[in-house]
Amino acid sequence: MNVMNGMAAFAEAAEVVIAGERALCDPSGALFLPADRLLVVSDLHLEKGSSYARRGAFLPPYDTAATLKRLHKVIARLRPDAVISLGDSFHDGGGAARLPDAFRRHLLALMDGRSWFWVAGNHDPAPPEGLPGDWVSELALGNLVFRHKPEPGGEGEIAGHLHPGARIVRRGRSVRRACFACDGARLVMPAFGSLTGNLNVLDRAFSGLFRREHLTAYMLGRDRVYPIAGGMLRPA
Amino acid sequence: MTGDRAALLPAAFQEWFAARGWSPRPHQLELLRRTSEGRSVLLIAPTGAGKTLAGFLPSLTNLAARPKHVLGQASRGIHTLYISPLKALAVDIERNLSKPVEEIGLDIRIETRTGDTPAHKRQRQRLVPPDILLTTPEQLALLIAAPGAERFFADLKYVVLDELHSLVTSKRGHLLSLGLARLRRLSGNPVSIGLSATVADPDGLRRWLVDQNPPGAMADIVTVSGGAKPEITILETEEHVPWAGHSALYAMPAIYEAIKKHKTTLLFVNTRSQAEMLFRALWHINDDNLPIALHHGSLNVAQRRKVEKAMETNSLRAIVATSTLDLGIDWGDVDLVIHVGAPKGASRLAQRIGRSNHRMDEPSRAILVPANRFEVMECRAALEANYLGAQDTPPLGNGTLDVLAQHVLGRACAGPFDEDEFFNEVRSASPYAWLDRATFSRVVEFVATGGYALRTYERYARIRRMKDGRWRISHPSVAQQYRLNVGTIVEEPLLNVRLIRHRGPNGMARGGMVLGQVEEYFLETLTPGDTFFFSGRTLRFEGIRENEAYVTSAAGEDAMVPAYAGGKFPLSTYLAGEVRSMLADRSRWSALPEQVSDWLRIQEERSLLPRRDDLLVETFPHGSRFYMVAYPFEGRLAHQTLGMLLTRRLERAGARPLGFVATDYSLAVWSLGDMGGMIRADALSLDRLFDEDMLGDDLESWLADSWMLKRTFRNCAIISGLVERRHPGREKTGRQVTVSADLIYDVLREHEPDHILLQATWQDAAVGLLDIARLGEMLSRIRGRIVHKDLERVSPLAVPVMLEIGREPVAGSAHEALLGEAADALIEEALART
Repeated sequence: MNVMNGMAAFAEAAEVVIAGERALCDPSGALFLPADRLLVVSDLHLEKGSSYARRGAFLPPYDTAATLKRLHKVIARLRPDAVISLGDSFHDGGGAARLPDAFRRHLLALMDGRSWFWVAGNHDPAPPEGLPGDWVSELALGNLVFRHKPEPGGEGEIAGHLHPGARIVRRGRSVRRACFACDGARLVMPAFGSLTGNLNVLDRAFSGLFRREHLTAYMLGRDRVYPIAGGMLRPA
Repeated sequence: MTGDRAALLPAAFQEWFAARGWSPRPHQLELLRRTSEGRSVLLIAPTGAGKTLAGFLPSLTNLAARPKHVLGQASRGIHTLYISPLKALAVDIERNLSKPVEEIGLDIRIETRTGDTPAHKRQRQRLVPPDILLTTPEQLALLIAAPGAERFFADLKYVVLDELHSLVTSKRGHLLSLGLARLRRLSGNPVSIGLSATVADPDGLRRWLVDQNPPGAMADIVTVSGGAKPEITILETEEHVPWAGHSALYAMPAIYEAIKKHKTTLLFVNTRSQAEMLFRALWHINDDNLPIALHHGSLNVAQRRKVEKAMETNSLRAIVATSTLDLGIDWGDVDLVIHVGAPKGASRLAQRIGRSNHRMDEPSRAILVPANRFEVMECRAALEANYLGAQDTPPLGNGTLDVLAQHVLGRACAGPFDEDEFFNEVRSASPYAWLDRATFSRVVEFVATGGYALRTYERYARIRRMKDGRWRISHPSVAQQYRLNVGTIVEEPLLNVRLIRHRGPNGMARGGMVLGQVEEYFLETLTPGDTFFFSGRTLRFEGIRENEAYVTSAAGEDAMVPAYAGGKFPLSTYLAGEVRSMLADRSRWSALPEQVSDWLRIQEERSLLPRRDDLLVETFPHGSRFYMVAYPFEGRLAHQTLGMLLTRRLERAGARPLGFVATDYSLAVWSLGDMGGMIRADALSLDRLFDEDMLGDDLESWLADSWMLKRTFRNCAIISGLVERRHPGREKTGRQVTVSADLIYDVLREHEPDHILLQATWQDAAVGLLDIARLGEMLSRIRGRIVHKDLERVSPLAVPVMLEIGREPVAGSAHEALLGEAADALIEEALART
């Protein structure tokens, strides 16, 4: 095992502790739990382009390819034993069935040789058609529970659904990025999909989820993650 | 001759003129004669020349001679279509036209159709068309896309295009030119009558009016030469003319005195924020309680209408306005125009002055009020140009592809079309005479399935080829979608500003009145508790809920002023050049007020004044940043492009630029790194920084990340119909549109850089946003002629641009640097706790 490579793989990630469990917020927007070699990605929204196209809005048909490419990179870098796709893996229930063959093969190659869990999301409430992997509504692991939509309470919950983003203003400039939002008790994942926007973590959709004084937004930079204290964040 | 011409005028009309002691003007008769021969005509005339009546005389006389419509017969299609850029103008014309029609005793139905027209009235208009329909370019697009357009327009004889000079330079003009081409096919080649103010390139407008088959065909032209010379003065004042800023507060007492001395004064400003500020400042000293009103585009409609009504009845003494009143609306007896701030173009100034005293034979009176010292020079140059009759209206420009895409879908909504036939029709519109067949096909493909190389959307196509090869829409819902997205005006995302009484215990109280709309990006820079001027009041920002900004009254407090993007006009090349030569030529300073020439002298002492062909670059620290200010005097567009390219280069040089701001005269870049120090240490070369190779092959790739290109892309995406303006029943908020358009842009750049919409964006940006040609000329002019001044503090000449510093973001490492800083602050905070 090459220790240097192992170090380099995590160099720019930010460490978080959720309910006592250690995890790394990766700049790609994926969460990695080193103890279990578990990779978590949320809100891939695969086939979003074709979902819109059905209604006559022709978004570029490259979103699935781009998302898979980024997923490929992070999997190649971190070599997880298991992957959790935390819901809204496809933009709609028919997404998996529409998946063009090339993309399907790419996805299968990524899944090959590791455990893969599809968590149910609101966009994809049923198992993806014709794809392997375990279909679960939620998943518990140690102190942690993985589900798509955050629930009240939720100690040790890793969730997605809300597409958190954060904004800071420094020197009169506003910077807005997708982020992991975590208060030590729970964590909400950024959306991993390439055609997904984000919602400010101070929006009322997040109200009641975090202990405000402990909230940190782990904003996604180009090559690193920037932990920003809740007090520095600005509303949308 | 005159007798022959007058013979064209039916007796009833001659009597009407005579009864008023008038006689028809020669140009009115000339227009009548030429149109009676079936010729299309461009009428160029200053305001007050009776342009409107001239434009309608051919139609009115033709209608007067028309056999009476017999009850029970199928209703006739419309006879005359009048198109104006402003809704208010259409309404205004209806009133002005109804009067002579009634007085002459003509049986003519005149109706307006605008976005405000209720649905039942539109429905009725489609079934029983009026004789004369007064409408806007957007409504025309909807009318020609509707089934039944052929019958509706079958009897069309005249198309009157008002304020043509202002329409043709925009995308609205491109859409309108395509609509006009369609009208020529729908009805047997109607006569086009263009009404225009004086322009730099009348032949461009003449081509615009007629079928470009044969290529280069032109409408006739009738020119009315200029009326009485206007009396223009530059405000003379004992007060201190500010070095910077746009408020012109120093001039308020003098402006107020001028208002008192005149019946009705129109005060023009360039931006809405200036309008807000001027209005407030005037009321502050309005001891006589003169009725002074405010009118600008982001006020709510009811408020605007109230002001317009008051204007009509001459019950106002002064009105502060932006470009919403720029055009030929004729309200009340305006006897003085005051232009606050520099006019930005000689032709624009002439048109605005034309607002006063709508009688051609009396001179208009106007006072120019420069808001700062650069503007003094610009006003001086504009004034001289006005007396010389110099024209600097912008060029017409090529039709854009996003507008074409919208038109193609509209064409399909009206019924099946043959691609070849339609291509010829499109090319008959002069803005699209440049179009080649291959590009046209790509646009059609784009409309059908998005035009992607990866053809995965065939099954979702919006338009499809039928067996006979013609294209048609694939489903009626496509037409519905089209109707909701028609038009080329893409506003900055706007939020309603709602005045609430106070902050409730649980967040914000609901209800309260909507004061108007403000650009979202401005509100984004506010923190709850910040104050700003809007709608003539000082307001406190409380927060944003959905698409509304909640504010409370903050009367009597100091306020931040909204910095609107809208309403900023770029300085014309002509005036920019004049200002440059004035600056370089000491002998011309005598025409300037003493305080301005003093300012230039102080600049000479503290730094230096560039010679006509030199480029002065100053560097200095200020606050926590380092600044570089350059003075190319080439206008804001070219400076913006330069700023974007310079920040890229400075980033690569390690200066960590944070942003730049461009004015018409200069450009400031600020950074975390000490640029002056870098130049001293030879770590940065100005010659290399300003080298022409910045416009080389890598320009496009440099531009790729820029927010300006993204904003342009967003507009193209909306206009072309890739991104929906709104969904039935649910208006997308601006933010949602922005986010998704930016994401689409990034995906397209990466995966299909040759996509037709990126091509359209580039075409759009190169002209409208970047002014690359002008920048290129400047870079070659200053080669080897850069003069650097390394200063310890801001120079007199730099003050104006320093105060302009806005919030235009720079993408790249500076953003990362800010994030890093914020993260460091977190660490500091964490360490302090232990």
